[in-house]
Amino acid sequence: MLIAHLSSLATSIFSFLITIALVLSFVMIGSHWLRNHILAFAAESWVIAILSASVAYYGHYKELYLIAILTALFRGSLLPYLLLRLAKRLDIKREFTPIFRPASGMVIGSVLVVFAFVISRSLGGTLGLANNIALTALTAMFGLKLIGFLLMILRSEAISHILGLLVIENGIFLGSQILVPGLPLLLELVILFDLLIIVMTFGILVRYLKLDVGTTSSRDLQKLVG
Amino acid sequence: MVAILLGFLRGKSLRDEYVNLISSLGVFVVSLVLLIADGSSQKVYLSGYVLVSPLGNWVTFCVGIVYLLASIYSVGYMKLLNVSPRQLSKFYSLMEGFAVSMLVAAFMNNPGLYWIVIDVTTIISAFLVGFERGPESIEASWKYLIIVSSGLSLALLGIVLFYWGGTFHLGQVYSMSWETLHSVAAQVPTPLLLTSFFLVLVGFGTKAGLAPMHTWLPDAHSEGPAPVSAMLSGALLNTAILGIVRFLAILKGTKSSGPAHLAVIILGVFSLFVAATFIVRQQGIKRLMAYSSIEHIGIIAIGFGFGGALGVAGAMYNMLNHSLNKSLMFFGSGNAMRNYRSKEIDKIRRVLTYFPVTGSLWLLGAIAITGAPPFGLFQGEVSILRAGMQSKNVWAVWVVAILLIVIFIGFLNHFRAMYFGLDVEPGNAPTITMNTWLSLPMWLSLLAIVVLGLWWPSGLVHFFINAGKSL
Repeated sequence: MLIAHLSSLATSIFSFLITIALVLSFVMIGSHWLRNHILAFAAESWVIAILSASVAYYGHYKELYLIAILTALFRGSLLPYLLLRLAKRLDIKREFTPIFRPASGMVIGSVLVVFAFVISRSLGGTLGLANNIALTALTAMFGLKLIGFLLMILRSEAISHILGLLVIENGIFLGSQILVPGLPLLLELVILFDLLIIVMTFGILVRYLKLDVGTTSSRDLQKLVG
Repeated sequence: MVAILLGFLRGKSLRDEYVNLISSLGVFVVSLVLLIADGSSQKVYLSGYVLVSPLGNWVTFCVGIVYLLASIYSVGYMKLLNVSPRQLSKFYSLMEGFAVSMLVAAFMNNPGLYWIVIDVTTIISAFLVGFERGPESIEASWKYLIIVSSGLSLALLGIVLFYWGGTFHLGQVYSMSWETLHSVAAQVPTPLLLTSFFLVLVGFGTKAGLAPMHTWLPDAHSEGPAPVSAMLSGALLNTAILGIVRFLAILKGTKSSGPAHLAVIILGVFSLFVAATFIVRQQGIKRLMAYSSIEHIGIIAIGFGFGGALGVAGAMYNMLNHSLNKSLMFFGSGNAMRNYRSKEIDKIRRVLTYFPVTGSLWLLGAIAITGAPPFGLFQGEVSILRAGMQSKNVWAVWVVAILLIVIFIGFLNHFRAMYFGLDVEPGNAPTITMNTWLSLPMWLSLLAIVVLGLWWPSGLVHFFINAGKSL
């Protein structure tokens, strides 16, 4: 089992990378500019790719090198490119978040991460993993999940919703690299591919929204209630 | 088998609607044969990727029936919509793709692949929901995609955690299947197992339309074309609930089993509650049907939650009856909507005067769907409630009984107004355009639910008992 016997160097590298990924998600909460969101997402994906590669190196999972390359290509380059193009076409540069200012959003985000840590610690406690890298991975997994949902709740632009969803998926991917590096390769490949299709579907629908509804903000999508 | 189904899907010489019709007929026949020939055994094919199980066969059968009925209905309905041939061909391709994705989902032996296929059904059906390209339907399809995708991401996390739980005993790399996860479940610590299950429950519960994750359902079901609504409600919800049931089966025999069943019951009861409150004050005809779907998926969940031979049998029986009955209801709503040119219940009046035959069919369907005898859903609901009396959660039986009565009154009150209320305002009289394609599927499904209500075939009883053993 990977998490049971890792050298301290590997552990610190993993923790460092996970922390960077978490911090990048705070960049997304803190900024109003869509371009920054997308770039932060791209950077996060690259971090995950590096993590995959280092798990592959230290855990001797050769398949993970392939996953790392694909992650960097798909999540780190292609998806951000598609999203940037979409944002450009729709001519949306900024996201205004009337519910909270960025600072308050970041405070909520950090509360959520603490909450994720508390959950992971109690889960890890029952598994006898109190001081293990698995704890960090679980925290990142739950934390990114909650931050993704927070992003979707705080923001109203359709593209931001897509990004929120991608952050959630990133969290799952990041955590599963460390917890279950042996997860069947086929599955990981299909999930990567699936993600691409989802983003393309979202892209088509966003353009339909703009064309047929005239808005891409969920605050204006109020026709169907009750 | 899936390959046979796929073989039906494309032919160039015929027109699209007939190609679709023939393929749906093929799917129906194959699913029926599969059910009869291979009903009660559990087999694994294609190096462990394909699982043929009683429960899967049953879901396939439900999908087959709804697909067939929806295909017959589409032939008539799409004519009323005035769409271009190119659009029509797109519509039928999407219908076929949607059906195939649901059929494939029922056969997946790997929870991860099942998740992916369910995701694919979402993508395809989102385009079907937005097919009419009006502001409302695009809004509905957007909400559907966003809510269900984020729900499913929770399920993915749950599946990863399930797999992680297994790695403590089976080693870092093992092949993921329902069977291996079940075999290792007893050794996984309860908190991890329960966390994983709750994530999966919320995730696939979103897809199945269990409250409080149901919010996409009334939008999507009311804005898609009527045959799509029938497919979403009658086929897709069953396919999604299959996932929850399979994960329940994984927990069988562990300490987590009790709390997990309780959680499913609570979500089911809450769905009934939400459905009851929204049905009573509903204004849109298709939204009324959508909330009724939430009600029935709640009842099915409760049936599986109660468990035991009776609970499982009742839930599976209701799956089929709900598929048939809800298709009938959506076809009726589609007809009413087109003829009265409105989705609002207020505008639909004096149905029997204008449509004596299909109007009666629709009314009988409404009585059936509220769970009145002598129709199929009554049988299923009674056995679920009986299962509840024998289980630990007797409280749920009383709550369900009260909510069912509220729904019965609320639902039929709308039909009273539509059938026996004031006459339509002058100028709003319906344009009567009916054809056999529109009424034939209504006849077929009504006939089936009457037969299933009066006669519970003994072969089915054995089949249900067999299926229940694995749960």
